[in-house]
Amino acid sequence: MEKIKQILDQYPGMSRDNLIPILQDIQDNNGYISEDIVNLISRHLGLASSKVYGLATFYNQFRFISPGKYHIQVCNGTSCHMKGCDILLKEIRRLLSIEDGEVSRDGLFSLEVLSCIGACGQSPVMSINGEYYNNVNKKRLIEIINFYKELEKT
Amino acid sequence: MPAEREPDITEFLREVVQLDPVEYSRDLKNTLELLSRDRVTQALILLSSGTAAIVAGAERTLQAVTDYLIDRNIRAEIIRTGCLGICNLEPVLSVQLPGRSRVSFGNITQEKVTPLLDDVFHNSIPDDSIIGQYRNPKHDAWFDVPFIEDLPFFKNQERIVLRDNGIIDPSSIGEYIARGGYRSFIKAIRKYTYEEICDIVEKSGLRGRSGSGYLTGKKWKAAYHTSADQKYLICNAEESDPGAFMDRTVLEGNPHLVIEGIAIASYGIGATKAFIYIRSEYIEAIKRLENAIKSAQEAGILGHNIFSSGYNLDIVIKKGPGAFVCGEETALINSLEGKRGMPQTKPPYPAIQGLFKKPTVINNVETLSNIPFIINKGYKWFSETGIEGNYGSKIFSISGKAKITGLIEVPMGTTLRSIIFDIAGGMENNKEFKAVQLGGPSGCIIPSGYLDTKVSFEALTEIGAVLGSGGMIVMDEDTCIVDMVKYYMDFMQKQSCGKCIPCREGTRRMSEILENISRKPVDENSHTTLERFKGVMQLESLASVMKDTSLCGLGKTAANPVISSLKHFREEYEEHIFDRYCRANVCTELRTYYINVELCTGCSMCAKKCPADAIFGTPRHPYFIVEDKCTGCGLCFEVCKFSAIFYK
Repeated sequence: MEKIKQILDQYPGMSRDNLIPILQDIQDNNGYISEDIVNLISRHLGLASSKVYGLATFYNQFRFISPGKYHIQVCNGTSCHMKGCDILLKEIRRLLSIEDGEVSRDGLFSLEVLSCIGACGQSPVMSINGEYYNNVNKKRLIEIINFYKELEKT
Repeated sequence: MPAEREPDITEFLREVVQLDPVEYSRDLKNTLELLSRDRVTQALILLSSGTAAIVAGAERTLQAVTDYLIDRNIRAEIIRTGCLGICNLEPVLSVQLPGRSRVSFGNITQEKVTPLLDDVFHNSIPDDSIIGQYRNPKHDAWFDVPFIEDLPFFKNQERIVLRDNGIIDPSSIGEYIARGGYRSFIKAIRKYTYEEICDIVEKSGLRGRSGSGYLTGKKWKAAYHTSADQKYLICNAEESDPGAFMDRTVLEGNPHLVIEGIAIASYGIGATKAFIYIRSEYIEAIKRLENAIKSAQEAGILGHNIFSSGYNLDIVIKKGPGAFVCGEETALINSLEGKRGMPQTKPPYPAIQGLFKKPTVINNVETLSNIPFIINKGYKWFSETGIEGNYGSKIFSISGKAKITGLIEVPMGTTLRSIIFDIAGGMENNKEFKAVQLGGPSGCIIPSGYLDTKVSFEALTEIGAVLGSGGMIVMDEDTCIVDMVKYYMDFMQKQSCGKCIPCREGTRRMSEILENISRKPVDENSHTTLERFKGVMQLESLASVMKDTSLCGLGKTAANPVISSLKHFREEYEEHIFDRYCRANVCTELRTYYINVELCTGCSMCAKKCPADAIFGTPRHPYFIVEDKCTGCGLCFEVCKFSAIFYK
C-alpha cells in the first residue's frame, strides 16, 4: 500500500484525466487492481469509487485478480485464429483446467486472451511471462506447459 | 564502441538542420556521411527488433551475435533497427562491412549466427538465408547477390513512409537528421505561415489513412479557423484492428518521422500541445517514441521557442488501456479525458470542439508520416503518385495465408491482385485463393472475382467494401467463411461499448445466430432448430438495422463482414445450415464421427469420454456412434489410441 500511495503522490491535483495513467502505473507495479486500490484512487481524485471501477472494467487492460506465477497470454488475432489458436486455447483450458482470465488452483498459471499482438507473420503466437513462442502447435504447447511445470517441481 | 560517432552531437545537429546542404563544410559532410552510414569504419551489424522479430527470437539472436563478437574479438557496431516489412523472414540480420554494400539475411535464429558471420567476415555470402543487398553508389556491391529493390516483393512497391524502415537506427536522431530528417519541420516554421501549411496539405489531396478518407488539409483548416486559447493535436496510434500492424511498425522503425509529422501538423493548426494515444500493448514502440521525443527535445526541435521562431510544442505519450472503440475520434477524446471510451454524436466535430472542449485534430500515424515528405517535396510531387482523387501511397499489412506476410506500401490505385500475387507472392503452399478481408473486423470479405478492383476509397465503396486502416487478411480454400465471420462478430460483440442498442444487442444476436449455424442442433425439435433456419433471413435484416441506426462507426460497420459474405459466399452459409457441411473442414462441431470396425479394439475409452452419450457398444467388440446424438465435439477422436475414429 505504501508503494501505491507513492504512485498516487506522483499525480497531484484532482484532475480526472490522470485516472487512466494512475491505474496503469498501479497495475504495472502491483500486477492487478484490488478493491482497496479502487477506494484509494477514488479518495485521491475525489471521484465516486463506482466511477473508478466502472472505468477500469470498461478497458481490457485492467485485471482485478492477481495473475498466476506464469501468466500465459495467447494472441487471438485474425491471423492466429485462422492458423488454429482456438485449438491451443482449448488445450490450455483442458490441461490447466482454467478459463480465460482465471488463475489455476495452485496459483501457478493464469490465462489471458489478447486481441492481437501484431506478429501476424509468426502466428499462432503465445507468451508466458513475456517470453514469446511463435508458430505454436498443440504438440509444442504441451511441451512448453510441461517445461514450466517441471521448472516448478525442481 | 564507436568512439568517433557519439560525442555530444545535439549542438552539432542544431546547426546542421538549419543549414542548406550547399553550405556544408567538408568536416560536416564527413560527419554526416558517417552518421548516415554511407561510410562505416568498422563492421556494422543490424538486427531487426520489431515486435514480430522479438516474437521470432531476435533477442536470442542478439545475444548470439554479441557472444560471437566477444569470442572472436571482432570490433563491430550492433544496431537494433525496425522491421523491413517481411514478417515471415524475421529475425532479419544485416551486415555492412566497410566499403561494401549492406546485405540482409532472413530467419537468422540464434544457432545460425555463427556460421553466417563466419562466412560474411571471410567475404563470402551464404546462399540459403540471403534476402538481398542494398544498392549504394558509394559501396562495392557483392558479386552474384540480388539487389533488394529488384526483388519482386520490393520492386512493385512504392515506399515513401516505409523508405527507411528497417534500415535506420530508430534510436538515433543523428542518423535521421543525416538522412534529411527534420528539414521539413524547419522549413515549415521558417518559411510558411500556419495557413500556408494547411493549404499545402489540402492541395496535396492527402486523405486520412485510418479509413474515413477525409481530406486532412480540410480538417486542419477547420481547426485553424476556430479561435481558441489552446488547440490540440492527437496522433492516433490506437491500432486495435486484429491483423493491422503498420502504425506499430512505423513507430518502431522510424519514430522520428512520426514526430516530425506531428510537429508540422501541430504548427499548421496552431497547437502547442500534442498527444500520442498509443496502445499500451505496444511496449517496444512506446519505448522508442519516448526516447525519440527526449532526443528531439535535447536537440531543441521540440520544446520552448523552437529555433527562435516563437513556436512552442510539447508532445505527450498517453497509453490507451485497450478498447477497440477508442480508435473512433470522440471515444478517443473521452478516454484521454479519463472517461469511458464511448463515442458521442457529431457534430460538434472534434476540429471545432474536441479534447477539453478545445479544437482538436486527430490524425492517424500513417497520415502524419506522409506530412514531412509533402512539405519537403511539395504538394505537386505528392499528387504524382496514385490516381485521381486518391493521391499518395497506402501501407497494407498483409497476413493470413499469403506466402509473404508483412508490410506493403503501394501507390493508391494498385489492384488487389497485384498486391496479393505480385508482391506477396500468392498463396502459401500453392493453395487456391478464396477471399481477402480488407479493413479489419469491420471490413468486407472480397471474393476472387473482384481482385482487379483498384485500392482507392471510391472504387472499394463501389463494390461494397471499405479501405479501412489497411489490414489485409488473405484466406485460402482451407478457411471457412462462416467461421471467420463468427470470429469477427465475436470480436465486435466484445468490443462494443454498449452505449447504443443496435450495436450492443445486434452484435450479440448475430454472434448467436452464427454460433447456431456452425454447430449441430442438440435435438431436432427444439427452438434452436427453428432459429437455425431463420438464421440467414434474420442476419440480413439485422445487419441493415444495425447499419442504419447505430451511433458510431463501430456499430455501423460491424455488420459489414456478414453483409459482404452473404452476398458473395451465400452457398457456404446454406451448406452450413441445410447440409451441416463445412467445406473447409474448420467448423469441427459440424463433423460427424464414425468408428472403423476393423480398427476398433473395443477399449471403451471413447464411450467413457463422450459428453453426449452417443457411443455404444460392448467391451472388446467394436463400438458405434449414434449419428443423431453426436454433437461433433471430437473428444472421441482425440482419445482413441488406435486411430479407429474418422470423420466426414
